[in-house]
Amino acid sequence: MEITDKMVAKTATKLSAEDIQKGKVLSVKWTPKLKYAWDNGPALGRYLAELKNGRIIAKKCNKCHRILIPPRMFCELCWVPTGEWVYVQDTGIVNTWVISYVDWKASRLDIKGGVRPYTPAVIEIDGATKGMGILHLLNEVDPWKIYRGMKVKAVWKPPEERIGAITDIKYFKPIE
Amino acid sequence: MALIERFQKVTDVTYWEGQIPMSYIYTVGRAGEKFFREMIDGKILGAKCNSCNLIYVPPRIYCERCFERLEGHYLEVGTKGKVHTFTQCYETYEGTRKENPSIVAVIRIDGTEGGFVHWLGEVEFKDVYIGMPVEAVFKDKKDREGSILDIKYFRPIK
Amino acid sequence: MRRVAIVGAGLTKFYRNAQETPKELAYEAAKMALESCEMKLSDIDCVVNGTAPDAFDGVHMKGEYLSDGSGAYRKPYMRHYVGGGTGVLSPIHGWFHVASGMFDTCLVVAEEKMSCAYPHPAGAFLTIFDHTTEQPLYPTLIWIFAIEMNRFMTTWGYKKEDIALVAVKNKKNAMDHPSAQLPGEITVEDVLNSEIMAWPVNRLDISPTSDGAAAIVLAAEHVARRVTEKPIWIDGVGWCLDTAYWCTRDLYYPDYVEVAARMAYKMAGIKEPSKEIHVAEPYDPFTYKELHHIEGLLLAPRGKSVEMLKDGYFNRDGNLPTCPSGGALGVGNPIAATGLMKIIEIFLQLRGEAGKRQVPGKPTCGLAQAWGDLMQVGTVVVMRS
Repeated sequence: MEITDKMVAKTATKLSAEDIQKGKVLSVKWTPKLKYAWDNGPALGRYLAELKNGRIIAKKCNKCHRILIPPRMFCELCWVPTGEWVYVQDTGIVNTWVISYVDWKASRLDIKGGVRPYTPAVIEIDGATKGMGILHLLNEVDPWKIYRGMKVKAVWKPPEERIGAITDIKYFKPIE
Repeated sequence: MALIERFQKVTDVTYWEGQIPMSYIYTVGRAGEKFFREMIDGKILGAKCNSCNLIYVPPRIYCERCFERLEGHYLEVGTKGKVHTFTQCYETYEGTRKENPSIVAVIRIDGTEGGFVHWLGEVEFKDVYIGMPVEAVFKDKKDREGSILDIKYFRPIK
Repeated sequence: MRRVAIVGAGLTKFYRNAQETPKELAYEAAKMALESCEMKLSDIDCVVNGTAPDAFDGVHMKGEYLSDGSGAYRKPYMRHYVGGGTGVLSPIHGWFHVASGMFDTCLVVAEEKMSCAYPHPAGAFLTIFDHTTEQPLYPTLIWIFAIEMNRFMTTWGYKKEDIALVAVKNKKNAMDHPSAQLPGEITVEDVLNSEIMAWPVNRLDISPTSDGAAAIVLAAEHVARRVTEKPIWIDGVGWCLDTAYWCTRDLYYPDYVEVAARMAYKMAGIKEPSKEIHVAEPYDPFTYKELHHIEGLLLAPRGKSVEMLKDGYFNRDGNLPTCPSGGALGVGNPIAATGLMKIIEIFLQLRGEAGKRQVPGKPTCGLAQAWGDLMQVGTVVVMRS
């Protein structure tokens, strides 16, 4: 039973985006209202509250001794409740990074027009266990000069602008 | 692990707000294309399965019971039916109160296994009963777009 | 546990925008699968359905929505979902329905219609990230692939121009696949010169978003032998999920794929996968991912897959052909249906019925693998003729 061109030919009908947008075929448009308020829980609640204070906090697992960031109430490897809170530094090293020419909805940024591409990175935070990283953005650096192991430091929003969010850190920039 | 946090006032809960910012365009599909284009002409289409001897409304390209292909077996089923069940809605889907409660019914199109959820109009709630014969009332032809809303509502057959 | 075989298969064409509703796509694949082994819907005892995020088709409870198009009218029915790994979890899910002895036959259907999602299906991925610690940064899935590719490259010193050979190979292979969305003869330069999406990922490094469906029929041994002369046995299954704290893991190696692979190899009695697997379909949503998975599947030593790729080891006429179908890169990537498309490819290869895509040497043992979620899940199926 070879799957042949003939077998699959009429199984799906090809359309272009224009066929749909211009109404050549009928369609129904719908924008659902999907809004959420996600409870932080004790761990993230403290994490965000400390970010508002300009500090990064982690939590320790007393079984595997990892210092976990973002902090969590249970260690996902040992499956036990975590122990004490530990402050970590706002510096780190770049574990891996990206130079993105598109935004969250895959729209192109106007790179030719001078817009800087996004440079998100996984940053291993100093004070946490080696390899423990968080996702954040890099800035004040030439995207093409970022390298694995580059030392970076957080650039914070001024205290009056912080609200208790991951964006209270604007981005990380290289330390000279 | 017992409950760690317990709040007496909901305003004490810390939370993060966000949304899922997507919208959708659903193509109506092969069967839908035929069905909704006929709607523009004020007709309701069904699909007949000859093996199971029943008619589906709205039409579909397959019989869900025996999996036979139904394309090529579409037919007009008329615009009359009976109220299968009904209710009166006092709230919108977002949970706000409606000023004019609407009557929603499942209407079984005569001679078929299928039908629609739609509104009932030109009738008082107290006069609606299960089994009541109704017919579709379409919008003016110029206002029809090929949508289930091309039918304004179903009304009792006088 | 009873022996279970795949006895029939069906596949729709994969397109960027298909007119059919998700139900209609599921029907076309399911109908073809039944016709391919001359079975009727009444011969099917249960149905399982694999379909990835509801957010693509824009229908919540998508499993239930697809049930009638998947032939599940008044039958025992379950839906499963592990992101991109769904398509290879589908036969596993169907397998344990039959292996347990509860059912003799199972229809497995996988469907995805990504084109409904606006402004772009990629936007739906915004919400797979942690809503509080990551979403405010507006990340996209392309970022985390690029981030993983970069870590993979910097760990082994792999170069973009070498990894690009995967796209060249797969798109060429796809030219012989009847359902293919993006087949073609391209060169490494074409890949390197294609638009940068998120360095190190260029446009031609990525598989397209697609609409499509696939289906297979599973049968217990006594039924399989009646239905077909060439049942293809599911001899090994494995699946494994890693933590959603993806920044905590070193992304250069997919441990979760190795765990799933070991589970499948143990069950199939395979001791040296690189020798005993004759043909493989690792999941290839991005070029580097195929190599990443080949290493995770223990089909190549860590850090050596690029060398072997350049030597032609993974070509259709090489020692261990990978993605002879053309993979997600060439055929298309309607998430759940892709994994099942790969299973179907191995099914056809082991029966000697893959037409122009047939790899030489009469393969008797093959493997398909898929991956998904937040760089999290590995699903592996080992098949033998």
